[in-house]
Amino acid sequence: MIERSHHDMGGLRAGKVKRTEHDYADWERRVDAMVQLLRFDGKMTVDELRKNIEALPPHAYDAMSYYEKWVTSLAQTLLQRGVVTTDELAKKMVEVEKRGRR
Amino acid sequence: MVDARFKPGAKVKVRKAFPLGHVRTPFYVRGLTGTIERLCGTFPNPEELAQMRDGLPEQPLYRVRFRQKDVWPDYRGSAKDVVEVEIFQHWLEPA
Repeated sequence: MIERSHHDMGGLRAGKVKRTEHDYADWERRVDAMVQLLRFDGKMTVDELRKNIEALPPHAYDAMSYYEKWVTSLAQTLLQRGVVTTDELAKKMVEVEKRGRR
Repeated sequence: MVDARFKPGAKVKVRKAFPLGHVRTPFYVRGLTGTIERLCGTFPNPEELAQMRDGLPEQPLYRVRFRQKDVWPDYRGSAKDVVEVEIFQHWLEPA
């Protein structure tokens, strides 16, 4: 039985907090906007967003940035809800990747 | 809506449970005894909302106060220091 989920790290030793300023990349703003719009539209809840972030394997949870976690969770949520199919998402990702290589 | 079982000042024990899914009760307070500080309101159950259900009936949410020295065995601060955690009623039992 897994008692403590990897994300549930309150109270574990973590060392010093590095205080740094940063701006958001355009894709991060888009991911944030997509989540807000889907919530307003009743197509996902913040709790589903959390569930699918918390379900990431520990190595991915540690390696991914904040909005990388969001976009992964967002895709998983839309697949679970049937808003998009796995096949549609796969085809679109190939299309977008080609667009980026032009 | 589920009726509120606990009043401010009541002693409560957090269930020592480790379910799968999305859980808002932090690991570090499970199984501990604390005191109800206030009722924060009633809200759809986030554990159910996370599984694409409506989360109804709404569950009472409390702010529960724990002594830091009860939470962290090696706590070196004042014995009066506390930590407050918001916990849904279905995670609490009378203590």
